[in-house]
This record gives sequence, structure tokens and C-alpha cells, in this order.
Amino acid sequence: MSSMTRSLISEADLRRGHGRLIYRLVLGAMAVAFVLMFIGPLYWMVIGAFKTPIELAQTPPTILPTEWHPETYLDAWNRLEIGRYMVNTAFYALGGWLIQLIVDVAAAYALSKLRPVLGNVVLGGMLASLMLPAAALLVPAYLTVAEVPIFGVNLLNTPWALWLPGAANAFNIYVLKRFFDQIPNDLLDSAGIDGAGRFRLLWHIILPLSRPVLAVVSIFAIIGSWKDFIWPLLVLQDPEGQTISVALSRLAETGRVTNNEMFAGLAIASIPMVVLFMIFQRSILNGLSAGALKG
Amino acid sequence: MTVIAPETTAAVTRGTGRDGGPGGPGSARMARLRRKIGDNVQAYIFLAAGLLCFGLFSWWPLVKGIILSFQQDNFVTDPIWVGFDNYQAVLDDPLFATAWLNTLEFTGLALLFGFAVPFVLALVINEFRHAKGFFRFAVYLPVMLPPIVSVLLWQYFYDPGTGLFNAILSGVGLPTSDWTQSPKMAMISLVLVSTWANMGGATIMYLAGLAGIPGELYEAAELDGASVWQRIRHVTIPQMRFIMLVLLLLQIVATMQVFIEPYQLTGATNPETITVMILIYRYAFTVNNDFGMAAAMSVLLFIVLGAFSALYLRLTRKAD
Repeated sequence: MSSMTRSLISEADLRRGHGRLIYRLVLGAMAVAFVLMFIGPLYWMVIGAFKTPIELAQTPPTILPTEWHPETYLDAWNRLEIGRYMVNTAFYALGGWLIQLIVDVAAAYALSKLRPVLGNVVLGGMLASLMLPAAALLVPAYLTVAEVPIFGVNLLNTPWALWLPGAANAFNIYVLKRFFDQIPNDLLDSAGIDGAGRFRLLWHIILPLSRPVLAVVSIFAIIGSWKDFIWPLLVLQDPEGQTISVALSRLAETGRVTNNEMFAGLAIASIPMVVLFMIFQRSILNGLSAGALKG
Repeated sequence: MTVIAPETTAAVTRGTGRDGGPGGPGSARMARLRRKIGDNVQAYIFLAAGLLCFGLFSWWPLVKGIILSFQQDNFVTDPIWVGFDNYQAVLDDPLFATAWLNTLEFTGLALLFGFAVPFVLALVINEFRHAKGFFRFAVYLPVMLPPIVSVLLWQYFYDPGTGLFNAILSGVGLPTSDWTQSPKMAMISLVLVSTWANMGGATIMYLAGLAGIPGELYEAAELDGASVWQRIRHVTIPQMRFIMLVLLLLQIVATMQVFIEPYQLTGATNPETITVMILIYRYAFTVNNDFGMAAAMSVLLFIVLGAFSALYLRLTRKAD
């Protein structure tokens, strides 16, 4: 790095004999600390599932299993029905993602490019919902889902109880609208002269240009629904249809699960998110950084 | 930010004028009007699903929550208006003060760890010329996990008899603890797992902020003979003030809604760790299915958090 992008401590200070030693020591210590603190617990979870329940609970603990029991993962998948809950969660996440995209892209497109009367009032109302703490709306939202006004239907224990409230995502609409705003209107006007309808403008011009922002919105939508706990806990109480998070919490409370099986369940539940992170690390961390700088 | 840009309005009017069609000025105006109505109808067709979702699941619950807090509703007969009875009942509940104090304790401790530690970590990582990617990856890894995974995993670590933490502590000759089962350590245990699971986000955001500080500022400070500590105080912190304030507000709002840690680790009935959200959950879903009291408590929480949220939005939107 050149001195142009220097930070708190200058390159020269770090190179000098003394500075170099301190730098090496701090770097090494931090690396060890990070491995122990952030990777360590995950290692313990994945490897712990291979141990017997007794070995997993013993003091002093063992770093590696004395005997490997990979079948614990299969037991968890089948006997604890982790497989079923994973499928449930994937179904809720993908369905929710699709509905969020359809609803929020259409709304953001209307607000950005079609600009109807009272459009800014609608946008203001949507953004105002960012101010509403989710927790404070939990009880009335639950009752609303139990009996949806106007339609009078009960969505409890159906995927729609997750999907429809999830589509009311002001953050998505804000991010999408801001991106659509940057697409020049001339581009749409010239296509519009050729007689392309509103939908075709969206589908053939706006969406192909919006791939990066669609990717970010999609990743965060999937992560969000995979991590959600309290809302599915309330609206999906039927054990058959529960998400993996809620099912793990319920299984832990029954006390009929051995510790190694539970570790296997926790590890399996984490795999999709860790894989997602490994693939999209850059998008996720940069998306977060951009959020920090722009607010 | 919702102001319609003048050039777009002009473009729309131009568009309608173009197809105004032949005929007198009256019919042209009619055609333009019809066109305008058509445009609006089309726009609202695109907006319809969004409006419905927001209306039903965001705006209506807000209204419903306020209504509910003034009603007694058994969901069989018609609800009865009870004025401020629900609020009175909530205030008279001996757990009211406990829940708020516990929540404040959690938020306070969470800020102590979760606000300062990520800043220091980011400050150090930002100086590294190697392995920055690894540090960013590692610190954010727990944030990716489903929260219940972190909490359940730590529940095993905290186990006083068979847990990893006591095994390590006794291994190095330190006193062990009952962690979540000890009245003194229960809240701290919740804060520790919550901080572990969440501090990656703040660290990444601080790193983004630090990367944006112009190097000339440090250069100039160093030429003036400022020590490292002085540079942090007079360059880094003033430059980071905005991000720090935003993250502070975000963390206050997030930690005051704490639920999953006390729900799973210490249970909804443990007086040491009953938080506001746990109490709302108990009112509505466990003890007496009293949605009126739950709604009243929610409105109180809403008022407190709404103030912080409004401040946060004001700050960030202004910077836009």
C-alpha cells in the first residue's frame, strides 16, 4: 500500500525493527484469538457431533473424537426429522424471497418510474414502517394474521403467514427504488416509443440493468428468513410445518435429544448460511459496508 | 427524498402531449386527462400488492395494537372498551419494573461489550497489512448463523457440570461459574452470547468507516508530533463520530427488543432475566392470553423505541 492510503500508523513505523516485531506479535495474537473465538465454537459444534454423548460431556474435553460416529448426523436427519425442517425452512425462504422480489420490485418500479398521484405519500408510509420496531407490533400482527381484515382468512400455520408480512419490506423498496432512480428515463422513453408496455419496460430494460441490486436484495432476503425466529415461533405452531430454528428450540426443551444429536442438528441448520457466506462473502460484507456509509 | 424530480414530471407530460391526438383543444385536454388517469391506474396496479401487504401487515397492526390496548377482547364476544385499564394493569404488575430494569441492564451491558469491542477490533484490524479478509470473514461468521444455533450451542457451553466453559476454567485453575443458572451471572451470560453472535456487523461497519478516513489527516497529525493515542483521539474518533452514533442508536433499538436469549437460555419465567419482550410474550401467549395487556405493554415499548428509531432515521436520511 502506498502512503496515499495510509491509516493510523504509518508504513515506516511498521517497518522499523521495533514496529515490525510488535506488528507481528499483534497480528499473530489477533489471528489466534479470532480462530478461538469465532471459528472455535463452530469447530466444536461440527466435531462434537461425531463424539459419543459421554465424550462430548466429559472433563477435560477432547479436541478430536476418540471414535468417530458420523452416523449421528444421519440419526439427527432422520430420527429428529431435521431433514423435514430443513426442507420446510428452504421452502419458506425461497417462496418468501420470490414473493418479496415480485411485490417489492413492482412497487419500487411504480414509485420510481411511473410516479402516480400520491406516490410520495405511499413511499413515506412505507419508509415510516422502518421506524416501527418489529417487537412492538408482534402481538397485533399475530392477531392480524390469525384473521386478516377484509379477507377474513386465517393464515396461521400456512406459509403465507411468513410470506405476505415479509413482502412488506420497506428496506427492499427503498434500495430498489434508489437504484431504479439512477436508470435514465431517456432509456425508457426511447423504448416506450417503440410501443413497449410498462411491464415490458420493467422486464426487458430495468431488471437486466438491476442485477447487482437484485442480488443483494435476494441474499439479504434469504438470510433474513433463515435466521428469523420469533415470528415463525408464533405463527407456525404446528410441529409438522415448523422452521428448523423453531424445531431445534422445541427439541431442546423436550430433553429427549442427546447432546451429540443436537450438535448435529445445529451444524446442519448452519450449513446453508455458512455456504452462502462463503460464496457471497463479498456482496454481503460490501452491502453492509455501503449501508454503514450511506445509512 | 420523496420529492418528484422536475425533469421526470416534464417527461411524463411530454409523453402524454405527444399522443394527444388531433381535434380541438377540448378533446386534446380530455385525451390528456384520460391518458393521465390510465397512467395512474397502471401505476397503482404495480403498487397494489405492495400496498396490500403494507396495509394489512404493517399499517393495520399498528392501528390495531393501539385499539387493542384500550380493549378487553376474548375473541368470542364483542370487545369491550376499558379505557386505560390495560395500562393500569401493566403498571400494577410487579414484573413491570423488573422487566424494564432487566431490559435496561441487558442493553447497558450489551453496549458496554457490543459497542466498544467492535470499535477496538476494527481499529486494530484496519492497521493490518495481512489477512484482513480472514478477520472480516471470521468476525462476521457468527452473524450468519441462525440465532437459535448460537444460543443453543452456548447453552451447552454454559452447562455448569458438563459445559466447555467450566472445563476450560477449571483446566487453567480459575473458579468456575453456574452461568445462566446463577442469578448473578445469568444476565451477563445472555449478553456474552448475544455479543458474540452480533458484533460482526458493527465491526464490518466500523471497518468501512475507518477505510474512508483520508490518510492526509493522519499524515498531518503525525507531522505535528501527535502520538498514536492522540491521533485516535483527534483524528479517528471525530471522523467516526457519525457512524458511532448511528450504530449506538441501532444497537439500543435492537437490544431493547431482546427475546431469543432469555427465552431459550433462562426461560420465560426466570425473574432474573424477564425482559419487556418476554413479558409481552407471556401476557399474550402463555399465562393468561391477555392480548389487551400485551398490546398496552407493546405500545409503551413502541413509544420508547420509536423515539430512538426516529432519531436514527433523521440522522441517516439527512446524511443522504
